[in-house]
Amino acid sequence: MSIAWFKYSSPATFYGLAGKLVPWFGWSAGILTLIGLYIAFFLAPTDFQQGEAYRVIFIHVPAAWMSMFIYMVMAFWSAIGLAWNTRLSFMMSRALAPTGALFAFLSLWTGAFWGKPMWGAWWVWDARLTSALILFFLYVGIMALWAAIDDRRRGDKAGALLILVGAINVPIIYFSVKWWNTLHQGASISMTKAPSMASLMLWGMLVMAIAAWFYSIAVALYRVRGIILERERQTEWVKKLLEARS
Amino acid sequence: MTALATHYDPTRENDSFSPLRFLWTVIRRDMLLAARRRGDWLTSQFFFVMVVSMFPLGIGPEPEVLRMVGPGVVWVAALLASLLSLPRLFAEDYRDGSLEQMLLSPEPTVLVTLGKALAHWCIYGIPLLLITPLLGVQFSLPAEAIGVLVISLLIGTPILSLLGSIGAALTLGLRGGGVLLTLLILPLYVPALIFGAGAVDGALSGIGYSAHLSLLAAFLVLTLMVAPWVAASALKVSIE
Repeated sequence: MSIAWFKYSSPATFYGLAGKLVPWFGWSAGILTLIGLYIAFFLAPTDFQQGEAYRVIFIHVPAAWMSMFIYMVMAFWSAIGLAWNTRLSFMMSRALAPTGALFAFLSLWTGAFWGKPMWGAWWVWDARLTSALILFFLYVGIMALWAAIDDRRRGDKAGALLILVGAINVPIIYFSVKWWNTLHQGASISMTKAPSMASLMLWGMLVMAIAAWFYSIAVALYRVRGIILERERQTEWVKKLLEARS
Repeated sequence: MTALATHYDPTRENDSFSPLRFLWTVIRRDMLLAARRRGDWLTSQFFFVMVVSMFPLGIGPEPEVLRMVGPGVVWVAALLASLLSLPRLFAEDYRDGSLEQMLLSPEPTVLVTLGKALAHWCIYGIPLLLITPLLGVQFSLPAEAIGVLVISLLIGTPILSLLGSIGAALTLGLRGGGVLLTLLILPLYVPALIFGAGAVDGALSGIGYSAHLSLLAAFLVLTLMVAPWVAASALKVSIE
């Protein structure tokens, strides 16, 4: 079975595909969030060390994962866009940025709520917190650059270059708890050994992570549909579409 | 443009050093322009001195406190001073059209951005290094720490010029370019700031400073390898 990748790299066909996918991802994100939150608040046991306050991980960890992952996806689309000059790639990275910034902010915010009871401080200048803060600044800088450039092509490419330069920060965040002796705890989950947490906690977190994932896909696709319409408004198919709507 | 025309002749094909000669011409031209317009770069040097001098007034004159914050203050002021001067890196050549001519030349654009970043370092970085010992004395740093501070700035300021050239190329000709440049580039400056100020803290607390300086130098090598190329692509994006 082969998928027609190139067919969907055209904004006109992708617009339709994205429209079909948005409700699926949106609804499953909503349902998974409800399941995840139920596990998080009613089923998962109290942590023997951290008490009830640990429950913030069900938001904190998925948000932090997504903030890094979305940045890497943006870097991927930027590299593709710069290499092959594909219009849709730049639109995708523009559609992803606000969601990435939102998750970066959420991870810092919920991290503060976790830090206060655990460490006794809302904020510490530890390697992981600092690099996550820089990630948030990078998102803000990229969106500010896009906002300042009126010319669309120039904005796309300039943003892509900045995204690629900033991508060096993501591995630094990810490995910061290994490389430096930080106050932030190390990873509780790894591919190679059994997780160091109760399985219900793990399940709750994974469900929430998948929900965050689906939410990001749904929102990014929804946003990219708007961007496509805005940019292709001179073309025939958009005009037909608008006539059919009205 | 006259400086380029008289010192550089791309038709001499047998000249094996021609890229270096081109690089040198770019650096020389920027230095010459800076020498003719002293007000421009002296402003940011005085900005550096004044920002640093404001801190003891705000924090209070206790020598122990000043010694503790001194390295960080000098480093942050150096970041701000470089950001203040960076919007001009390409702007004037862009305005009078000579930047476009440079990009049209047969030599790679990388040499233009590298040359301009190096010239920026000579004009803004080196005077900064010469003033720093005086400021160190103001913050009652011991002699060894002042030495480490100067070495950390010696390795660190080229990083600021190189990374800054990316931001200057990206924001070329935009409204509010200066503030935008700050937003884009400050997050990228963070490693230089951490390792640079960390080296001096290490010297002050007796832990040692060589690890921080090595990391700073590694960051310089990485920046030198990547930044001129990114700045060159950014310049092409901004001008086309």
